[in-house]
Amino acid sequence: MQPIHLAWVDYAILIAYVAFVIGIGWALARYMKSSSDFLTSARSIPTWVTGLAFISANLGALELVGMAASGAKYGIATSHFYWVGAIPAMVFLAVFMMPFYYGSKARSVPEYLKMRFDERVRALNSVAFAVMTIFASGISMNALAKLLNQLLGWNYNFALWICSGVVLLYVLKGGLTSAIYTEVLQFFMIVLGFAPVVYLGMKDVGGWHAMNHALQGVAVNPAAVYLKDAGVSYAPDAWTSAWKPLLAGPAANPMGVDWFAMIFGLGFVLSFGYWCTNFLVVQRAMAAKNMTAARNTPLVAAVPKMFFPFLVIVPGMIAVALTSMPDKNYRIPPPILSQEVYAKAIDAVKTANPADSAAAVKSVGDALGKKVAADKIASLVAANAASKLSDEQIKQGLYNSIAENYYDGVILSLVKKYCPPGLLGLALTALLASFMSGMAGNVTAFNTVFTYDLYQAYFAPGKSDRHYFLTGKFITVVGIVLSIGAAYFASMYDNAMDIIQLVFGFVNAPLFATFLLGMFWKRTTGTGAFFGLFGGIGASAIFHALTIAGSNAPGAKGGYLKVVQVFPSEMAQNFWLAAFAFIVCFTLTLVISLATSSTKSDADLKGLVYSLTPKIVDKNQPVYQRPAVVGVVLLIVCIILNFIFW
Amino acid sequence: MGLDIRWPIGFMFSLIGALLVITGLVNGADARSLNLNINLWWGIVLLIFGALMLLGAMRSRKTPPPA
Repeated sequence: MQPIHLAWVDYAILIAYVAFVIGIGWALARYMKSSSDFLTSARSIPTWVTGLAFISANLGALELVGMAASGAKYGIATSHFYWVGAIPAMVFLAVFMMPFYYGSKARSVPEYLKMRFDERVRALNSVAFAVMTIFASGISMNALAKLLNQLLGWNYNFALWICSGVVLLYVLKGGLTSAIYTEVLQFFMIVLGFAPVVYLGMKDVGGWHAMNHALQGVAVNPAAVYLKDAGVSYAPDAWTSAWKPLLAGPAANPMGVDWFAMIFGLGFVLSFGYWCTNFLVVQRAMAAKNMTAARNTPLVAAVPKMFFPFLVIVPGMIAVALTSMPDKNYRIPPPILSQEVYAKAIDAVKTANPADSAAAVKSVGDALGKKVAADKIASLVAANAASKLSDEQIKQGLYNSIAENYYDGVILSLVKKYCPPGLLGLALTALLASFMSGMAGNVTAFNTVFTYDLYQAYFAPGKSDRHYFLTGKFITVVGIVLSIGAAYFASMYDNAMDIIQLVFGFVNAPLFATFLLGMFWKRTTGTGAFFGLFGGIGASAIFHALTIAGSNAPGAKGGYLKVVQVFPSEMAQNFWLAAFAFIVCFTLTLVISLATSSTKSDADLKGLVYSLTPKIVDKNQPVYQRPAVVGVVLLIVCIILNFIFW
Repeated sequence: MGLDIRWPIGFMFSLIGALLVITGLVNGADARSLNLNINLWWGIVLLIFGALMLLGAMRSRKTPPPA
């Protein structure tokens, strides 16, 4: 990718943003007087702010890049990650679970687990969460530094340290409130920064119907735009309908997923596991100023979440449609290759014998080290033999003939294509903002869990609040330094990172079963929860060792013990794994709980379990503030959206 | 907590909006953005958004909510 040259106005926008986030940290510093001010915002933030921060903590930059990529690969069906995989869980969190989190006065999700079960469950959850947030933060910072390196030609180390330094400055000053406020700022940056790109792309492609028409052509022959291998063909609506291709079975949709795995695996197990138990998002709701505000936080968040597909998935669909229109002079970017590789390939084109096109194609393809479209290479060689082309023209021809797509580059390639200086600065700042606030979110969740659930619980109980306040600040610095370490680790060991993320998947998959039983069945015991969780994690690992996705070779991607079951795609394998782990954890927790006696009396569990907690009466609230009413309205709107794109 | 978030949001987007409007007026329409003067138009949108945020913050300062 050619580095982008930024104009003064682009830098001015970037600097303005950084100045404002640091300024917010400074302005908040004088309110930071106790550990709870710093780590939990002293539960004082209005609903619309916690709601937007809630959604913003989830809308990281990797999500933005990844959703456009999925929009290109799978089309409108990607919105299942929103309409099936988020909204129902967010409504459930608001209506049923928030009363326990907020009402129990727990300061973190692990602390709730301690109140409900015992220390073992808390220790397991808090250690896993602490390690996970650091790696998540590192992975995202590595991606940011790489991006700035490729895009603007910045030095990798410089980019990594300067961005982490900015985050450190404002989080250390303003704590969780700082992180939440900048997340709100980031929310508006993302929406207002990317909306014009989507608008221009949509206008260029000729509107919604023209885009769908182009995508119908692509679905019949996806190999033409290098989306799938030659010979693969789908029904015309595979990229433009959300449900019809899914209901027709895994072979009929580009995701390779069946409807049961989608609804149970993603829509229930993974989605509820993430939205209802991940402290990173739940922390935002716990910072709200009262119970009603806390319960309404996920509901406020659900409104933009529901419409995000138009901002983040549609760009991927536009990119595919543009690629299929020869006159638009655009393609989904190929994998990034260095100047040297292109130089070698240009030489190969010049020296190739146009009479022997098979040999020419092979030598050029070897020089590029990628799959190439034979016909395009052959005609490029022939054109160069007929009349000498310039190096730049040959390079452009090579760029167009690489038969592989780099989907993560989709969103940036559109920004580059449509944004003049000014708007370019806004879009890039929005992207940068979401990377940095992602790090801030992870670090503020990490320091709370570390300070309260590990340090205060096991290392230094009973100290003064001042002590924990200073510890929280110190841990913030440690968290940032560890994130930087994790970023370097991610940049050096790609494969190790894949395995780490895989293990996190194993740990998270069964988690919701523990919460569900714990919150709604008072008989669930600590022993049951602890061993149920372990059983679920073990079940995930075994499931992974025995199954594999279609084209993968047995190994790190699964099936290394024995291949018992082959799934059509990795996504299907993941969804089924989650479903399996959930069922094992649920069953084990249930059986062990019945076999062991509870150490908690009904009085201990008041406010922690559904049947022992007085129902919240919200009859005196205005209708639009009653979580149950708002939740039902949101679900209805969500169902309508599903039917519109059926 | 203390600071009303609408102040920084309002000021920041007003500033960015102003920068875009100036860029749009100086550079004019660009071929990249389909010959639309997107900087000018989008700058105006951001200015309006920023002004609304500032207005909201100003109004709630006059009538402090009951604590």
